[in-house]
Amino acid sequence: MSMGRILAVVLVIVAFAAGQQLGKKTGGSAPVVTSASGGASYGGSTTGTASEADVAAAKEYSVTGSSKFVAGPPMTDVVVTVKDGESIQEAVIAAEPGTTIHVMPGTYSETVYIDKDGIRLIGIVQGSERATMDGEGKLNDAILFSGNNIVVEGFLITRYKGNAIMSQAGNNFEIRDNIIVDTGVYGIFPQLGTNGVVEHNVVSGIEDAAIYVGMSDNIHVAYNEVFDSVAGIEIENSRHAIVESNFVYNNTGGVLAFITPGLPIKTTYDVIIRNNWISDNNTPNFGAPGSTVGGIPAGTGIMIMAADDVVIEGNIITNNKTVGIMTVDHNTAAELTNVTVDPEADPNSDRLMILNNTMHNNGYDTIAEIKGLMLADFKTGNPDIFAIGPSNGSCIINRHRYVHSGIDDYAECDFTNTSTIGNYLMPPVEPRVIEPGERGKIAYLGICAGCHTYEGRMIGPPVKIIQALYMENPHGLAEYIAAPVKKREDYPEMPKQDYLDEETRLAVAEYMLSVTR
Amino acid sequence: MMARVYTTTLCLGLLGLALLVANSISDATELRPEAGELAEPIVLSDRCPASFEQTEAGVCELRNMYQFYDSLQGRGVGGTKTALPEHRDGFSPEQIDLGRYLFFDPALSGDGSTSCASCHHPNLGFSDGRARAVGVAGHAVKRSSPTLWNVAFLKHLFWDARADSLEEQAQGPLYSPEEMANTPAQLLATLQDNETYRRLFRQAFPDGELDEISLGQVYLSLAAFQTSLISLNSRYDRYAHGFHAALSDKEIEGMNVFRSFVARCAECHTPPLFTNQQVAVIGSPEPEGLPLDIGAEATWNAPKMKGGFKVPTLRNIAKTAPYMHSGRFGTLREAVAFYTGGRGHAVPEGVDMHIHWHIWEPNLTDVELDRLVDFLGALTDETFTPAIRDAVPSGLTPIGVSPLNKSNKTSHTSDSVARDSGDSAELTLGAAS
Repeated sequence: MSMGRILAVVLVIVAFAAGQQLGKKTGGSAPVVTSASGGASYGGSTTGTASEADVAAAKEYSVTGSSKFVAGPPMTDVVVTVKDGESIQEAVIAAEPGTTIHVMPGTYSETVYIDKDGIRLIGIVQGSERATMDGEGKLNDAILFSGNNIVVEGFLITRYKGNAIMSQAGNNFEIRDNIIVDTGVYGIFPQLGTNGVVEHNVVSGIEDAAIYVGMSDNIHVAYNEVFDSVAGIEIENSRHAIVESNFVYNNTGGVLAFITPGLPIKTTYDVIIRNNWISDNNTPNFGAPGSTVGGIPAGTGIMIMAADDVVIEGNIITNNKTVGIMTVDHNTAAELTNVTVDPEADPNSDRLMILNNTMHNNGYDTIAEIKGLMLADFKTGNPDIFAIGPSNGSCIINRHRYVHSGIDDYAECDFTNTSTIGNYLMPPVEPRVIEPGERGKIAYLGICAGCHTYEGRMIGPPVKIIQALYMENPHGLAEYIAAPVKKREDYPEMPKQDYLDEETRLAVAEYMLSVTR
Repeated sequence: MMARVYTTTLCLGLLGLALLVANSISDATELRPEAGELAEPIVLSDRCPASFEQTEAGVCELRNMYQFYDSLQGRGVGGTKTALPEHRDGFSPEQIDLGRYLFFDPALSGDGSTSCASCHHPNLGFSDGRARAVGVAGHAVKRSSPTLWNVAFLKHLFWDARADSLEEQAQGPLYSPEEMANTPAQLLATLQDNETYRRLFRQAFPDGELDEISLGQVYLSLAAFQTSLISLNSRYDRYAHGFHAALSDKEIEGMNVFRSFVARCAECHTPPLFTNQQVAVIGSPEPEGLPLDIGAEATWNAPKMKGGFKVPTLRNIAKTAPYMHSGRFGTLREAVAFYTGGRGHAVPEGVDMHIHWHIWEPNLTDVELDRLVDFLGALTDETFTPAIRDAVPSGLTPIGVSPLNKSNKTSHTSDSVARDSGDSAELTLGAAS
């Protein structure tokens, strides 16, 4: 440890001790036992008005049972089958939105990308045989999608360099029943989407997070087995996420809820981590140098950094050698690790809620920094819970059950369970609704106006002339723009606009015929 | 004033004749209408630029296909069908057009030699084709001129993100002694002394209480014009909206490398704007012999941000070589190859730089690098390039010195002429257009 680092740690200890003197001590010698069988339930996050609407929508939408379905029923009855030796991607390219693609057992070495909606990519499992995507250590990602209402299930994915399954801004996704072995950086990585399920996957051998929910809303991560990775499950810069009933072991860190600095979406709140089995996460950190998880000490059960409104309930947290639950703010993390600070993000973890958890044999070989800070907090023993940094509005029940440091100023929670919140999933999120008139105007101004003006000559002929030809015939104009032919010697041929759907083509034709200047 | 106009016309007429003799015929015929234009009074357009709707309130609001979509938390980052970030619009057509005259008018610089367009030329991707900008009298500027395409969407301006609005940003180059080297007082006096500008400002700001131009109006007009520079109709965009044949197989391959978690380009250059507007420390090297630029460390007084720069948009990137904050890389191929050179490989010895977590060792193949360059070429769209006016109110030749201006060499000697003779057209002959 360098001098600078020692100095930093000492400074942190002093700051911590100073805070300690001001903090209100509520931990007493006669424990008050709070039963989770009675008492109020957690009502969901109250942060921000938009989130309330999301929570309300989620609460009205009841998805029960061990599998959750948010992609909606198949949009069409079309099913195509891909057999061993054929290309999955070719089937995706040929598929209309709404197609279900069955992939038979076999070995497929390819990257599959889906930039259309409603594709259900189903690996057919036959006994011990699965549709196996093998990146052979050369390919980057196995499956990446930006479409909405995508389902990916039943695959075995291995030896890719980047991710097994990655989404970029797809909503209403289901990633289920995949077995993922050593696919590089992340196993399953939904990013920038709303309303998704990651369940029943088995993920191992990942050098960052096995399951990484990045910048997403309304996500349910359940019944997954994640092991032998640097991070088990990470919820990052996301809201309304539930992580429940997962088996998380032999990672460097088990379950993480972070605000990672420097990302364009700057909050994490309303995360429920419950009923998981988080044990033996003592694997030496093999994360990439400089990665956020590269700074996690081996032996961490749950780690919260800067996230707000996190409920930790009903987990079995055992045999994690550094600590069972650790919470940290950005400023402290920045002193001790390679985390940066973000002037636009709130650095503190506020309103943490630690309910009943079964914790045993954690912190038995903890790190020097935690030992030092516990000393400053006049605490001894092997830490189940270690908290550092300001944390407003946090609470706990039955604190006497844990060896803890840094949480003496936590209040008693006025609820004991999260039983009224099944999940935060919603009916399939609909695309933005735009009236045909508005569609026509937007397409006209956004596209056509680049080449056509009302009177003058630009790249294409003046709108006035087009109006003279098509005034009574918007359908004719709509057909023409889908498949233009060269009409005028002195003008270049118009590019096809057939990427606009039929309704939009007609709307833009009607709009073009209506403009008067 | 009439006399002045006649003099100018005469001057230009003679100039045209002289050029007719000296230059090729095509050059001269380009200049002739310019001379004629000046005799016409300059009036501001009452129409919004392409892609803008003129609302009932008479202001221009942007319309584009991305308005069909939403984005997570309204932040305008995502995948193919994702809404753009919030943007600036709502200026009047007159304000936008006045901004355009100001933008191309070298009278905005201290010596009348240099306009905004000198470093942000429409024919050079609204940059200047140089590694680093060059200000008045050949002053070397330490950073490269960023493109102005789609600045309407940016929350922070300058490479080091130190300005939070276009109005704030404009004051940087205007008053930097190395760039346009003007002063607020001189700028105001120049505009106030010019009858045409007084009339145009009255037209653009009819509610102004005083018959005096204000600096705020100048900055606002420049902002209004710059927010009209919209580039959202590239072949990539057609792909994103669902027309997959718009990209070639090689470009699609490149797109998949771009958004893969091996190359990770899309993690910071996030669609649809191809920037997530954050500051990142990537450790890209300075050109030989130049000192280390600490970048955003100075903005936030944060040593961890040493060498941090705003993630630039990649739209029209093929048009704006050289690359990086100080133009170290001459080609896109060199620029993308930087990212596979290894984490921190170009950080000078002894410098403690906190390299962004996405910079790692992706071991991209030569073929993958080629495909990335192919894909970046699909982000080009200059459909809405504004026309460069033949004349600006000062009577100076529009744009002034520019890398595209063959007579740059003479600009130093004619500085004094510009100051003395006001609207003399002897300055900077044959400005680019």
